[in-house]
Amino acid sequence: MNFISPPYLHAETSVRRVMNRVMLALLPGIVVYTALVGVAIIVQILLACFFALLFEGLFQKLRGRSLASLQDGSALVTACLIALTFPPLSPWWLTVLGVFFAIVIAKQLYGGLGQNPFNPAMIAFAVCIVAFPALMSQWPAQGLYLPLSQQMEVIFGVSPRIDALTAATPLDAIKTALKMDSFTGSIQELLKSQSLYGTFAGRGWEWVTTAYLVGGLFLVQRRVITWQVPVAFLASMTVISLICWLVDPTRFSDPLFHLFSGGTMLGAFFIATDPVSGCATPTGKLIFGGGAGLLAYLIRVFGGFPDGIAFSILMMNICAPLIDVYTQPAIFGMRRGGKKKEREHE
Amino acid sequence: MLQKLFKFKGGIKPAHHKAESRGTPIAAAPLPGHLVIPLSQSAGEAAQPVVAVGDKVLKGQFIGKAEGWLSSAVHASTSGTVIAVEPRLMPHPSGLATLSVVILPDGEDRWMPLQAPDYKNMSLKSVLQYLQDAGVVGMGGAGFPSHVKMQDSAALGDLVINGAECEPYITCDDRLMRERAGEIIAGSGIIRDLLQVKRVLIGIEDNKPEAIAAMQAAVEAAGETTFSVVAVPTLYPAGGIRQLIRVLTGKEVPVDQRSTDLGIQCFNVGTALSVWRALNLGEPVVSRVVTLTGNVEQPGNWEALIGTPMNELLALARPRADTDGVIMGGPMMGIPMPACDVPVTKGSNCLIARSPTLFPPPPPEMPCIRCGACARACPQELQPFELYWWSRARQFDKAREYHLSSCIECGCCAYVCPANIPLVQYFRFSKSEIRAAAREQKMADSARARFEFKQFRAEREKAEKAEKLARAAAAQAAKLAAERDAAPEGESGAVGDAADAKQAVIAAAVERARVQRAETDSRDA
Repeated sequence: MNFISPPYLHAETSVRRVMNRVMLALLPGIVVYTALVGVAIIVQILLACFFALLFEGLFQKLRGRSLASLQDGSALVTACLIALTFPPLSPWWLTVLGVFFAIVIAKQLYGGLGQNPFNPAMIAFAVCIVAFPALMSQWPAQGLYLPLSQQMEVIFGVSPRIDALTAATPLDAIKTALKMDSFTGSIQELLKSQSLYGTFAGRGWEWVTTAYLVGGLFLVQRRVITWQVPVAFLASMTVISLICWLVDPTRFSDPLFHLFSGGTMLGAFFIATDPVSGCATPTGKLIFGGGAGLLAYLIRVFGGFPDGIAFSILMMNICAPLIDVYTQPAIFGMRRGGKKKEREHE
Repeated sequence: MLQKLFKFKGGIKPAHHKAESRGTPIAAAPLPGHLVIPLSQSAGEAAQPVVAVGDKVLKGQFIGKAEGWLSSAVHASTSGTVIAVEPRLMPHPSGLATLSVVILPDGEDRWMPLQAPDYKNMSLKSVLQYLQDAGVVGMGGAGFPSHVKMQDSAALGDLVINGAECEPYITCDDRLMRERAGEIIAGSGIIRDLLQVKRVLIGIEDNKPEAIAAMQAAVEAAGETTFSVVAVPTLYPAGGIRQLIRVLTGKEVPVDQRSTDLGIQCFNVGTALSVWRALNLGEPVVSRVVTLTGNVEQPGNWEALIGTPMNELLALARPRADTDGVIMGGPMMGIPMPACDVPVTKGSNCLIARSPTLFPPPPPEMPCIRCGACARACPQELQPFELYWWSRARQFDKAREYHLSSCIECGCCAYVCPANIPLVQYFRFSKSEIRAAAREQKMADSARARFEFKQFRAEREKAEKAEKLARAAAAQAAKLAAERDAAPEGESGAVGDAADAKQAVIAAAVERARVQRAETDSRDA
């Protein structure tokens, strides 16, 4: 008799479906991003996806596991996030290196899907920005739209990298200004003077991040993610940036700018919400998201890196298991009229 | 009647699959070729057989006597001859056998003379005794003896009658409420009076409008003012006791308490009907309504005799050729039957013919990604993924700490799990391991106590023996001394006394050895 056990019914759901939804939600952001910087980003995504599957398959094999896990889509989500967080004109090997660290070191060596204590994509980002700070800071200059052939030459290293390609991001600009004692003007003037400012945040980028927000809201609506992490993330960033901005509006940017700059939206909806490395209890998610938002602001404004999303999320990853232990919710029958008494087993 | 309803967290909405069987009225199933009536059909001790092979029995006749208070009587479901009293496979996935009475029907289906008790003038205790003897147990599936539930629920506030029937596929309670609402209401009224309850809440999922209407009409016809028929939102598992109480009363039964601690007792509609039959007609429980559904041509509801082999009953619904098994209960909590001919018992509310297309084997289990879907679906508000983690790691203490014992095994977590993890199985495994550990601990404790007592006894016996010997020796010595004292020439002394005592001991030992030898000889002979 084949052993089957209740329940015999199952909802129409699978890990693959979850991951597909996440990738679908990334689509608006990818489209706007492509419109902004060109097909290079598509090339980076394909490159990352190819190597993610390659490394995943190779290590599943080495670990004596089934290759069926390639279909779960988790490696592809990681690959997409790496491609979207790395500068679009990064050399190809930098992307591959990032994918290697994410899939092999951060995920497979810890036991594969579901076992990684850290967000693989953020490990990739952290490793690469520490090892190759210059390359990881080369964001394409505003309005620079290279033809595809030239972009390919840059990515695949046929032609030498030229600094003229890149420029400071708005976040870089304000950080640099903050650190200059001689800086006398206001942040807003500075951004305007470098034509970095758009309607409400970084020029062009504001629409990419808006598209991430749209995709993120789709995930919440489809219940792929819960509201706690993104809301807490965005709320804590809003509060801390509002405080700084109110204290000194000439040196600090307004909350809107911070919410729609850098990796805030991507981090809040797509990265901090990673269930494996994040918190799982409702209260834990609020703490996790809130902490990540706060740390991200502090690092991006006062720290040494252009953006703080990766490090803030990794730091919160460290805390996640402990937060979960201390935020276990009361169960049914423990709240209303229920004594918090441990039921002794007979 | 307007009633404020409450919500419980979690729950799922699987496809109902009730339409298949809910349309056909209850029909009496024909007499089967033989009946296998297990003597263990409820929680508690199995009943003791009071019939022997060859006995002629009438329908409703006692065949199993309740063994202790937490046990329930068993009756012959039809008239005929007892052809065996032996262990037979029970409707349980374990494949274990239990003592059963096998009856060959004589085809007359003749009742024994029935006499309704004068329950209105009987003490509560004797009414409960009567219900125990009538074999009335919970008809919702769990089969807990009803008299035990009524015993410690005196002076309650609310009586909840459970007509939720939240599991997909099952429609036997739906049909019962539509066709026998009057009897159910009357039975509920009896329970209300027995328990002196102020209010009776009848909870029915709102996907059964006809049943709700029928029950409401019956309440009005009976002129009952303490009754409320409440349509509860269709959300599995709204029929779970704690969930239904929450929806109807807003009260949350504390994890370490029972509903009666809050003044609430709960009975299934089928149980209310059994109570009515027992007390108003004097009829013991010999049949029940069973939904036949799943991979069959003709789903429906049948009133089947307890003990009917499932394959004979299921044949009435004409199972399709690819049927590969039977599930007793619903698709969420039902259990696979070890064989197709196990008997229908008082808890068999539904038989689902299984086929690989109806319930395809689950896709391979994948790693847990802690997505938390299970926690959002859990009606007990547990964190199933944590419990899974601890169960997998065999950290049962941790699993207990995360409230494993509150899991009602409703299957919501496994239903929504995107990784296809059979969570309920993991939890059952952990629970059984915890139970086994507790049992082992208990056994070890009693073994130690036994050992310590044995040692203590050995010591004591040794001491007693020594004392006895000493006493005997002293007596002997005294006797010798007395003899010697009687004799005039007293050459004795302290030395002589000691020698005498020694001699006495030797004499006693020789005597003992002789007796022992004699005993051994007589045994050998």
